[in-house]
Amino acid sequence: MAVITTTEATPVAAPAKRRRLRFVANPKATTGLVLLGAFAVLAVIGPWIAPFDPSERGGDLMQGPSGAHWFGTTHLGQDIFSQVLVGTRSIMFVGFLAGIVATVLSVLVGVTSGYLGGMGGEGLSALSNVFLVIPALPLIIIITSSLPETTDLTIALVIGLTSWAWNARVLRAQTLSLRRRDYVEAARATGESTWRIILFEIMPNLTAVIASGFVGTVIFAVISEITLAFIGVSVSSGWNWGTVLYWAQSQQALAQGAWWWFVPAGLAIALLGTALSLVNFGIDEFVSPRLRGGGRTSVKTVDGRTVRMRVGFTPVLGDGTAREEKP
Amino acid sequence: MSYLLKRIAFYLFTAWAAITINFFIPRLMPGDPVQALITRARGQMTTDAVQSLYVLFGLDKDESVVEQYFRYLGQLARGDLGMSFTFFPTPVAEVIGDGLPWTVGLVGFTTVLGFLLGTAAGTLVGWRRGSLADLLIPVTTFLSSIPYFWLGLLAIALLTGPDSFFPATGAYDTSLVPGFDLEFIGSVVQHGILPAATILISSMAGWVLSMRNMMVTVASEDYVTVAHAKGLPERRVMVGYAARNALLPNVSGFALSLGFIVGGTLLVEIVFSYPGLGLLLFQAVGAQDYPLMQGIFLVITLSVLLANFLADLAYLALDPRTRREG
Repeated sequence: MAVITTTEATPVAAPAKRRRLRFVANPKATTGLVLLGAFAVLAVIGPWIAPFDPSERGGDLMQGPSGAHWFGTTHLGQDIFSQVLVGTRSIMFVGFLAGIVATVLSVLVGVTSGYLGGMGGEGLSALSNVFLVIPALPLIIIITSSLPETTDLTIALVIGLTSWAWNARVLRAQTLSLRRRDYVEAARATGESTWRIILFEIMPNLTAVIASGFVGTVIFAVISEITLAFIGVSVSSGWNWGTVLYWAQSQQALAQGAWWWFVPAGLAIALLGTALSLVNFGIDEFVSPRLRGGGRTSVKTVDGRTVRMRVGFTPVLGDGTAREEKP
Repeated sequence: MSYLLKRIAFYLFTAWAAITINFFIPRLMPGDPVQALITRARGQMTTDAVQSLYVLFGLDKDESVVEQYFRYLGQLARGDLGMSFTFFPTPVAEVIGDGLPWTVGLVGFTTVLGFLLGTAAGTLVGWRRGSLADLLIPVTTFLSSIPYFWLGLLAIALLTGPDSFFPATGAYDTSLVPGFDLEFIGSVVQHGILPAATILISSMAGWVLSMRNMMVTVASEDYVTVAHAKGLPERRVMVGYAARNALLPNVSGFALSLGFIVGGTLLVEIVFSYPGLGLLLFQAVGAQDYPLMQGIFLVITLSVLLANFLADLAYLALDPRTRREG
């Protein structure tokens, strides 16, 4: 036994180190992580570095961007740059808390239903399908509307508790395919307990799926929070990018040509969403190398013809005698 | 056939679950649900509204929760969703009935069209991996991260105005009488172009990406290589062999993500003041009109279930394996 464990330990440790470096080396993942880091920093220091109090009224009403007010001002003279800066914290808090709640739930439901099977497994799977089919946004709206008060915390919890179904489904499918693999059977044959198999044999192989599910849920949660604020369900809960858009919409910013009122918040949303999607692409390409944007695929042959390479094909670039026939 | 029966049973179960959730959400809140809603509205509620809430929740009579539940089911079976107090004294069912055709027309049409166009674009991009078509990927990533409604705001700011061809609000020229004549239909199309384009652009992006990924995966399958080796034309291999198989996960993905897409598209209605369910939901939220909110939630859920069922039928037609096993 001792011999087996040592030979197992060495090859596992070495590639894990290299792989982690490869994830960061992926340009998409790096760009996404850097952007995400910038937003995280803003979320922490935003309220401290904001030049104005976001709710404070000033003398400049509906002014365009200027040196004093980088993103212009609202109909009450509030500084939009400060509103966007201060709002970052609420967005990041709700996004990540909802993501964590949903991920924990989806792992519990997905892995349990995939591994246990039988009636309990089928029941949990049906439960996640039900939550998947019911339109999430109207459900979140009616829940938050019947809450006595809405804060960032309650919104994050409502979003987290309603948006775990998609990941649970993906994790269940993955667990179903893992549980019959040889190494799991071997672990079972050596008498490992069910919990040990789930935690130490199956979970490590689900890491990428869980990570990409988490990132996806954060995107969804951010969009949901902004939407809730935008339609006015949670305006009273403090500044976030959706609140800015809500006031822009309700004060007819568009009709008055006040583009500066809604463009910065929208671009911030798009930038954060893109950063998260890039991280997710990085994870996807890390797991499935075929999806990588494989560099140059057009190759010039010796006699000047261009051959386009495709997955599953190995073009032979001979000198004309063994030339590949391409249409 | 048993596949179909299973799906129908699942949809019936989900419909029941949605109705039950709808019934219990206000009752799970601490205290009297009506009092909670009144607190939220900060006293801005008429006595009519309070009365209609008590009737909606069945709190006007002395009944147990079980009795309330069955009475609620009975009301639903008769199509009675309670009274709206934004549009007092119109019943919720009637208010929703007015908005539903607009939403089904706009959202239904654009969602299906977005799926078809996105899948077609994804097929090409996936097949020509590494060519210039790859440049589409970052563009679609960015577009799919933008909330639908913000793109709508941008479209209004840039494309509408006093002299513009595109109207910024409404679904038809209010000076016209609704009817099936050329002028009215022309006006509906004119009003629909911008909201439809907004939904199309943002919903297409997701399908391009997922279809591209499926195509890349399928393109290395043996049967694709064999089809090439047989000397079949490139087009035929792409459409008849690779795309046909790559399409299946996309169709089931379409069914599953309908709920998400519909949520996003409702907001486009709000931005364009399009008189569908989204705008109604917005008005209901603004006026704390809980009966209307609940009714809209139910109708949207049932519509999505129906659309899911149609997507299942499409899957059944596309994948012969589901038929043989049945």
